[in-house]
Amino acid sequence: MNAQLESWRNMELEQIPHTLVGHNVPWVLAARQSAFERFTLHGFPTRHEEEWKYTDVSMISRRTSLAPDNIPPEPSSDARLLAWTLADENMHVMVFVNGHYDPTLSKIDDLPPGVRLESLEDLLNNADELPEAFFEQQLEHTVFSALNNAFTTGGTVLSLPPDTVLDKPIYLLFIASGHGVAIYPRNIIIAGENSRAKVIEHYMGTLDAHNFTNAITQISLGAGAEIEHCKLLQEGPAATHIAGIHAEQSADSHFISHSFALGGHLGRNDITSKLLGKGCHCLLNGLYMLDERQHMDHHTRIDHFSPEGISQEYYRGVINGSAHGVFNGKVIVHAGAIKTNAHQANHNLILSRQAEVDTKPQLEIFADDVKCTHAATVGQLDDDSLFYLRSRGIDADLARSVLIYGFANDIINRVEVPYLRSRIEHLVLNRLPQGEQVKGLL
Amino acid sequence: MLTVNDLHVAIDGKEILRGVDLNVKAGEVHAIMGPNGSGKSTLAQALAGREGYEVTSGSVRYQKLDLLAMTPEQRAREGVFLAFQYPVEIPGVSIALFLKTALNTTRKQKGLPELDAMDFLDLMRDKMRQLEMDESFLSRAVNEGFSGGEKKRNEILQMLILEPKLIILDEPDSGLDIDALRFVADSINKMRSPTRAIVLVTHYQRLLDYIVPDVVHVLSQGRIVKSGGAKLAKELEKHGYGWVEAEDMAKQVA
Repeated sequence: MNAQLESWRNMELEQIPHTLVGHNVPWVLAARQSAFERFTLHGFPTRHEEEWKYTDVSMISRRTSLAPDNIPPEPSSDARLLAWTLADENMHVMVFVNGHYDPTLSKIDDLPPGVRLESLEDLLNNADELPEAFFEQQLEHTVFSALNNAFTTGGTVLSLPPDTVLDKPIYLLFIASGHGVAIYPRNIIIAGENSRAKVIEHYMGTLDAHNFTNAITQISLGAGAEIEHCKLLQEGPAATHIAGIHAEQSADSHFISHSFALGGHLGRNDITSKLLGKGCHCLLNGLYMLDERQHMDHHTRIDHFSPEGISQEYYRGVINGSAHGVFNGKVIVHAGAIKTNAHQANHNLILSRQAEVDTKPQLEIFADDVKCTHAATVGQLDDDSLFYLRSRGIDADLARSVLIYGFANDIINRVEVPYLRSRIEHLVLNRLPQGEQVKGLL
Repeated sequence: MLTVNDLHVAIDGKEILRGVDLNVKAGEVHAIMGPNGSGKSTLAQALAGREGYEVTSGSVRYQKLDLLAMTPEQRAREGVFLAFQYPVEIPGVSIALFLKTALNTTRKQKGLPELDAMDFLDLMRDKMRQLEMDESFLSRAVNEGFSGGEKKRNEILQMLILEPKLIILDEPDSGLDIDALRFVADSINKMRSPTRAIVLVTHYQRLLDYIVPDVVHVLSQGRIVKSGGAKLAKELEKHGYGWVEAEDMAKQVA
């Protein structure tokens, strides 16, 4: 055991599960303790590990205590303001401050019969068995999911009975408030056969604080179910955010994942889906827009286990300043997954000399009769396009912003929730010079 | 209106234009002809202000302005228009809004009030009818997924709407079938006016059957080697460019 791991023990981190929600429920405590063991066995990954080659997480434990707050904080006026401005009439809203559910900021409207939309904290307190299987589930996604399992203080549990359609999207807002806080949200979505829902996970930081968020979302799709999941990352400029979104799909289900990474100092999203049943459809769509010294890493993995699956993956990056974007897209077509149709594309726009991108598509095919394509590009703004716009009287800055927006828009357009799409449009335009005028051209 | 004086232009250090002189008065149409690689497109793009086209010597006066000191967008706002040989696709940008922005920036420059959406749409529909363009173009992105002919018509549409003073057309006929060619030529002819000048770059004489120029210049190896009236184009068609080039060579030797 190395010195760092030793020090975690000495800090009595292992006592923390005894202080967190559910400590008096035997299976919760046992799951937390075994997860903590798994975490200390490995410790944080280093850049010698292939999966973490480009992303250095060694500073996390230097900058923050790993211990979460075990009592909900009093939400700051900033957090209240955020919750009020961002929430929309036409959504179910659940707000979390530093990983703790705040019912006073939330608003869950009437739900169809049998639908459960509840705080994980409440479920664990009440020894509800619904989350148990998800806590026990051995997530291959490493140390961070183990750490989340050990230390989570709450999140959302959504359970949809068969054939239920939720008309209103569910909006989960996670606010980081304070300094040096460690936050462990855990969300569980269980979609029964032929059920449908849209879920938005929005992470916001209000301060230039060294907060650490380690989030896990697990999504189980029954046969024919459809889940559109959208993650919006807008952490504060000094924050670290490591997250996993892991889906499992039964036959004919449809999983749509959007990831918009716009804020945070260091970010990593692991997004995976297992296409277990026949005829599944999986769409992974993402945009990272980075500036200054931001670092954003997306690792995605799609496992085709059954025949006739379709997977489509579209990721784009716009990288400015001395920012660093990383994309690693793994698609594995396992033996027997015949008639799979997989397409992956990652395109990057580099706007400055110091900006950097590492992109790696990884296709592994062990089945016959499949159609798999991939493309990865890294380029600059096209001179011909710039000249064309300028030759019509459009000034250089606006022309550049128009082209950047046009590039990003390909991803934004795939978002089906109108409120969300316009919000993302707005956020992206806000980051561009003369963004307001760009809107006049679309 | 346009006076080009001993213009030298290099791209990536390679000299393409090697001393071009050109004098175009308001009301005139000048055709620039020449073989592939003679520098026709370079001249057109240099006049519009293409970056990376390095002017190594010479001067260009447009009205009373030093054209070479202006950015591409300033030139456009002062009434210079280039119809591209290869119009660029701009995904995500709607034709209608793009043109409205372009028109209103030039109107602002002229001290005219900006057109609102309704007036602009009326103008746009009117010009589209003239070019027999389908209304569905209004909702499409600039040149995205357009056929070669559609792209060319879109250039002409922009010319009609922006009403520039100096129009530079870089091979507006390439890729057009004979019917489309007629629409395009008619539209260009309608733009002829005593206050406007047109520089028409073309490889083939065909277009000049429809748009009869006042002056024809032959560009070869980066210089204008022969100028004459509309008849010169006919002679070129009969004898090919080799004839002018040989004549020029003989002149240089002598």
